[in-house]
Amino acid sequence: MDLYEYQAKHLFGKHGVPVIAGEVCTTPELARQAARKIGTAVVVKAQVKAGGRGKAGGVKLATDPDDAFAKAEAILGLDIKGHIVRRVLVTEASDIAEEYYVSFLLDRANRTFLAMASFEGGMDIEEVAATKPEALARIQVDALEGVSAAKAAEIAAAANFPVEVRDQIELVLQQLWQVLVQEDATLVEVNPLVRTPDGRIVALDGKVSLDDNANYRHASHADFLDRDETDAIELRAKELDLNYVKLSGEVGIIGNGAGLVMSTLDVVAYAGEEFGGVRPANFLDIGGGASAQVMANGLDIVLNDPEVKAVLVNVFGGITSCDAVADGIVQAIAMLAERGEPVTKPIVARIDGNNAVEGRRILAESGLSIVEMADTMDSAARRVAELASQAK
Amino acid sequence: MSIFLNSDSRLLVQGMTGSEGTKHTRLMVAAGSKVVAGVTPGKAGLDVDGIPIFDSVGDAMEATGANVSVVFVPPRFAKAAVLEAVDAAMPLCVVITEGIPIHDTAAFFQYAVNAGTTRIIGPNCPGIISPGQSNAGIIPADIAKPGRIGLVSKSGTLTYQMMYELRDIGFTTAIGIGGDPIIGTTHIDALAAFEADPDTQAIVMIGEIGGDAEERAAAFIAANVSKPVVGYVAGFTAPEGKTMGHAGAIVSGSSGTAAAKAEALEAAGVRVGRTPSATAALLRELVGG
Repeated sequence: MDLYEYQAKHLFGKHGVPVIAGEVCTTPELARQAARKIGTAVVVKAQVKAGGRGKAGGVKLATDPDDAFAKAEAILGLDIKGHIVRRVLVTEASDIAEEYYVSFLLDRANRTFLAMASFEGGMDIEEVAATKPEALARIQVDALEGVSAAKAAEIAAAANFPVEVRDQIELVLQQLWQVLVQEDATLVEVNPLVRTPDGRIVALDGKVSLDDNANYRHASHADFLDRDETDAIELRAKELDLNYVKLSGEVGIIGNGAGLVMSTLDVVAYAGEEFGGVRPANFLDIGGGASAQVMANGLDIVLNDPEVKAVLVNVFGGITSCDAVADGIVQAIAMLAERGEPVTKPIVARIDGNNAVEGRRILAESGLSIVEMADTMDSAARRVAELASQAK
Repeated sequence: MSIFLNSDSRLLVQGMTGSEGTKHTRLMVAAGSKVVAGVTPGKAGLDVDGIPIFDSVGDAMEATGANVSVVFVPPRFAKAAVLEAVDAAMPLCVVITEGIPIHDTAAFFQYAVNAGTTRIIGPNCPGIISPGQSNAGIIPADIAKPGRIGLVSKSGTLTYQMMYELRDIGFTTAIGIGGDPIIGTTHIDALAAFEADPDTQAIVMIGEIGGDAEERAAAFIAANVSKPVVGYVAGFTAPEGKTMGHAGAIVSGSSGTAAAKAEALEAAGVRVGRTPSATAALLRELVGG
């Protein structure tokens, strides 16, 4: 889960990283009140999970409370790279002498962590990496040893930070490492880390990505979930503990295992090319060992998507037992009928593997005319694409 | 022959007394695997179908000569379980558990690297099967017979699907290396082992979006693999940027898309199929049958 700047700064503050306090405001009037309370010139910053906010007009200086109202009014509701601004962060405007860049992140290729640091902060770091790679220091961090004082000094030296602020930056590096480890983050980035004219080091912006697998040891992280930004169907799927991603097509997809579901999306998209360009409507992985109830929940979610014209269930039973998958399909259809939402969208099922014969028998004997069976993944994809194109 | 796992492998199951552990222990035994011990702290003296349970991996290894551990413990206990296996110098540790925090995996992987005595497969993987010899994990044993193909895949169910497509030719070993950002055994490790295995005649490599493991495997194949390799990459239509951090993309130096991976593999002389069935057909062309 990616966090907003204000959420990232909350975690920074918790671990001692110097930040400038501010207030999150959802209306221009609240921004005016926040500016009045702060009592100086303020910066009004759009809270969106996208880069390039400044260029898009999402960060503005306001000289007084009325100006803060006007700036917040201009920023709230902006569309920045497809993200609508619903909140602004109002903070004291700070004078900047220099801007730096620091981050810690997961380094998949080397199967460890990486520190990146540069004295050229404030701009797009991808651009720095591409145009001046020598200005971006990359230092591996051992997962067991972490960032000691010595490691922090190594990073600060490699980045050529000015000697007079190195002590402060080294401390900030150790604190940011604590954010990464203690909060179970996969990315902690500060751009810019600024030096004020009076020589203080402050994190002026912040970006944090959290590891969802570690949610069980961070009850407070649940508060970070952004309900406004999450698609309504995705939100419901999350509540049902389903791994669902909304896409833009017409064919609902349910499968087991991330790889097989991704592959199913591809095969359906290829088949769809022959049928007027129908595309997958979603990714839904019911996971290993799925019960009939999980299958029923999945079908409920997918059938409730108004974009969906036909559904493909593609399961290769490993842990998952195909009779449970078939039971789930039958149960879901019965449950929806009881709810007064009889299923009218055609369902194509391809089930193989563990207990497949029993699964196919259950579906064949269910008497459900809207469920068709297919022998292979390819034929199932063709058939569901055809059905979806007919219903379009 | 086979890689990493054979008929002499003596399996130990960490978490055998849990429901998944017990269920899959029975399936592994039914597949002919030699499952010699289980480990659940505090349950020494009990047994599962006559297989003795021990308090620790060290005790179990000493008493039974176990040389492969299969880990079924829940995510929150997985790190401790792997550290224990490494401390006991377990040669192969197959971590099936899904949902382990990445900091835990990073820590136990580094710990195993430092110790230098344990190969880790996984986490978040279906395990490894050498059909007719042994099965360490949750891959259904009856999909395919023993044969001459080696298979390595990030995805469990795509492993099953591909084994099913090629069930008549059969496999020396099929290994699911897992879909997590940090995994103990990579495509490259498996490719090197298949290249060295005299019974493996051809290799199927399955990848998916994210990271740059497939690109690095492609470079390895070009330089080191003489056997025919066919590839499949899942996720051409999957949304990009869902799991990868902004800065992570800089580090990998790759966009991580399926198209980039397929291109890299083809440039290395690997024939890449558009679908699992097309990939299986390519392999048939190469080996006959």
